[in-house]
Amino acid sequence: MKLIFEKDKSGRTAFSLPKLDVPETKIELEEELLRKKEPSLPQVHELEIVRHYNELERKNHSVDSGFYPLGSCTMKYNPMLNEEMANLFNNIHPYLEEEHIQGALELMYNLQKYLGEITGMDAVTLQPAAGAHGELTGMLIVRKYIEDNGYTNKTKVILPDSAHGTNPASAKMAGFDVVEVKSGPDGRVDLEEFKKVMDDSVAAIMLTNPNTLGLFEKDILEMAKLAHEHNALLYYDGANLNAIMGKVRPGDMGFDIVHLNLHKTFSTPHGMGGPGSGPVGVKEKLKDYLPKPIVDINEEGKYYLNYNIPKSIGRLRTFYGNFSVMVRAYTYILMMGKEGLKFASEMAVLNANYLRKKLEKEFKIAYNEICKHEFIIDGTFLKEYGVKTLDFAKRLLDYGIHPPTIYFPLIVHEAMMIEPTETESKEELDHFIDVMHKILEEAKTNPEILKEAPVNTPVRRLNETVANKQLKLRG
Amino acid sequence: MKRFPYIPHTEEDIKEMMKVIGINDIKELYKDIPELFDGELNIPESKSEIEVKRELLELSKRTTNLENYAMFRGAGIYKHYVPSAVYQLSTKRNFLTAYTPYQAEVSQGTLQALYEFQTAICEITGMEVANSSMYDGGTAVAEAILMASRVNRKHKALVAKSIHPEYIEVSKTYTESQNIEIELIDYDEKTGKINLEDLKSKIDENTSSVVISYPNFFGIIENIKQIKEILPEKVLLIVNAYPIALGLLEAPGNLGADIVVGEGQSLGNYMSFGGPTFGFFASKQKYIRQMPGRIIGETIDADGKRGFVMVLQTREQHIRRARATSNICSNHALMAVIASVYLSIIGREGLKEIAYQNYQKAHYLAKKLIESEKFDPVFEGEFFNEFVIKPRFDLEVFNKKLLEEKYIGPLNLGKFFEDKKNYALFCSTELNTKEEIDYLISKVGEIDEIDF
Repeated sequence: MKLIFEKDKSGRTAFSLPKLDVPETKIELEEELLRKKEPSLPQVHELEIVRHYNELERKNHSVDSGFYPLGSCTMKYNPMLNEEMANLFNNIHPYLEEEHIQGALELMYNLQKYLGEITGMDAVTLQPAAGAHGELTGMLIVRKYIEDNGYTNKTKVILPDSAHGTNPASAKMAGFDVVEVKSGPDGRVDLEEFKKVMDDSVAAIMLTNPNTLGLFEKDILEMAKLAHEHNALLYYDGANLNAIMGKVRPGDMGFDIVHLNLHKTFSTPHGMGGPGSGPVGVKEKLKDYLPKPIVDINEEGKYYLNYNIPKSIGRLRTFYGNFSVMVRAYTYILMMGKEGLKFASEMAVLNANYLRKKLEKEFKIAYNEICKHEFIIDGTFLKEYGVKTLDFAKRLLDYGIHPPTIYFPLIVHEAMMIEPTETESKEELDHFIDVMHKILEEAKTNPEILKEAPVNTPVRRLNETVANKQLKLRG
Repeated sequence: MKRFPYIPHTEEDIKEMMKVIGINDIKELYKDIPELFDGELNIPESKSEIEVKRELLELSKRTTNLENYAMFRGAGIYKHYVPSAVYQLSTKRNFLTAYTPYQAEVSQGTLQALYEFQTAICEITGMEVANSSMYDGGTAVAEAILMASRVNRKHKALVAKSIHPEYIEVSKTYTESQNIEIELIDYDEKTGKINLEDLKSKIDENTSSVVISYPNFFGIIENIKQIKEILPEKVLLIVNAYPIALGLLEAPGNLGADIVVGEGQSLGNYMSFGGPTFGFFASKQKYIRQMPGRIIGETIDADGKRGFVMVLQTREQHIRRARATSNICSNHALMAVIASVYLSIIGREGLKEIAYQNYQKAHYLAKKLIESEKFDPVFEGEFFNEFVIKPRFDLEVFNKKLLEEKYIGPLNLGKFFEDKKNYALFCSTELNTKEEIDYLISKVGEIDEIDF
């Protein structure tokens, strides 16, 4: 299909402006600062544009178009109501006087409170624009905290080898050295290994719980105790919160800092890779380090943007964060309520375990035990049929199913990480199970089908080597 | 059993599924979790759609929706016209509810849209390569400073005091822990442009980059070329550009910029209380491996057909982990696609015309305000669609009066600058009519002068 730029034809337009209604002023500007050549944006008519984006839209798989069990990404359904509610706030300028944004501030205030309650944290900032941005915020809070307390020797951040790549990258951006701790044979952080790396030079430990293998870190209380004995802070990566809402709270497990991914747990659309939103919650002792401003309420019941946070790490983005994502998450929380959030977690875990059980006979499940909201297939067994996890994933595309996350976490070879979420029905799961078995049968009898896959997609398998060697990054 | 519209499980389903798993109670799925919490969250019980809608409508009523307001305030977020097709096309559900294009074959919509976005950004900035977006303008500036430092391995950024004050704050937060020093460059009180002497005096062998805005926070158009000429060869010039202005102003890439970033909100995105918006990020090709964020490239499929994939992923956190160029993962792809649709709709002629009208409306407004003799001019530098003037009356009183008429007056610069209390930062775009502007001027006449 053509690029929009290739549809350009001078003399066409999809745009109109009113005639200039003010007297013209001569443009007084140095000649060299005046644009000489127009940017080659396309001149096309509106119908062409409509068809162009319709065609592009049809080339995308999405939650609305079919099952999307992308592990660790929590691709749950995005309710229509969320969109309508977010649109109520499209035309709000961030620098309006406070009396004109009371509704928006109240929403933020309540959301701060609810997220604090769900995570067991004492204060929450909504400023970070994504999960990884929240991680950076959290790590900068750690940094400021250890500086304030004179812990000059604390230079390290510990994280498990199963961690999301953003964890080490965020710790590094905040100026820490990263130390990986090995997972034990049961897929959890090995407590003995943990003790080996835990000393006074550790500033923080970054964990997600349940972890990226979908397993609960059973030694969490012991780890928290050890961490705190060494004056290290415990950081919770909230990517997997969807498994435990209303069941257990990171704050109660001993975590000091938490980031959430509103786009995962709270049903806001992933938008092809953003916008996300990554609020950060902290325990009381870290409250004064949060980025400014946060939303507060005064004695007269007026909401205001509180910039008076003397120890604040500063500001991580302009204005107040991804407000319209907050509106969606808030809408969702109101719809679900406390009992609904808990039920969502339970059903997400039920779905994952149902799939795991149904697939365990024919597929090798890494760490095959009761999991939380996701689990992992170890695809190395496919080798005997001459295919890889990648081939298997590509064949799923032919059946209209988005493949699970593949080759992550790094500690499982040929990993296929399945997260169904609570919004998929038993019928949908049963269909997925059928397709999985069908493809396995194909792998056994005619592996070429997998290697050739996909064939029913807008394009066939794409050549990544060519793309990286002969970089072509613009039309 | 209580039912929820987004959860399909019937009691029967749950029973059957539990049987398959071999459990009798959902609790058994959580038996490995220590009993730390009683499971009763202190948040309200679930509500119906009607109730939730009422609640949100009520909140929205207590938030000033500017749709029918005359807008004379910008300062980083601008009210521009969003053509009808932009929103309807860019928020189609297969865009909205898809994620990162990890499986390229079923993500060609996303990938091509972002590739077109990169192309459009290169075109308007005059740069060779662009990524597929950052969180916002502020983080784009901060990441540009970090990138420059990776390129020349120097550790001081000279940042113009005249860029958006919040961008300076964000940059400081981002760079402090990486041992990058940020030093501010003064502006010339007379012109509002960067003070070249101050800049010269602060450049040393440790200088990595110089950051300016084009136009700057006061609306003044900096002379990029002059600034570039001062800089030693290895010092990178980072230009934070207002994309609408680039319909009129020479592309920064043609004036010597090494990295061009900016806030993209004005390209078809709503104001949304300041977020989500997106940052754009472009540079010279030779720096591509130091660029943060996702980049989309063209390739071919098994049949030789054109297709698109994410490229240079070895820079990114999911591969390179602690050695990545940045920790960014989710970017603001949807906002970038909105911009791409917008730029396709307005086309090269539209961008030029919008820029021209912005310039003209703002200049008409400025002229009339000065003529009213209730304002004193502040800077002599040429401006685009925003400008600073000093009222001879209390700006807050004036703004309150305007609000009653559904007009949003200028930003009081005192918000950000101690020495500029009661200075007005006005903005005018293609959406302001002559009638609105004239009415605003008539309101000026009703205000009493006070000596400030």
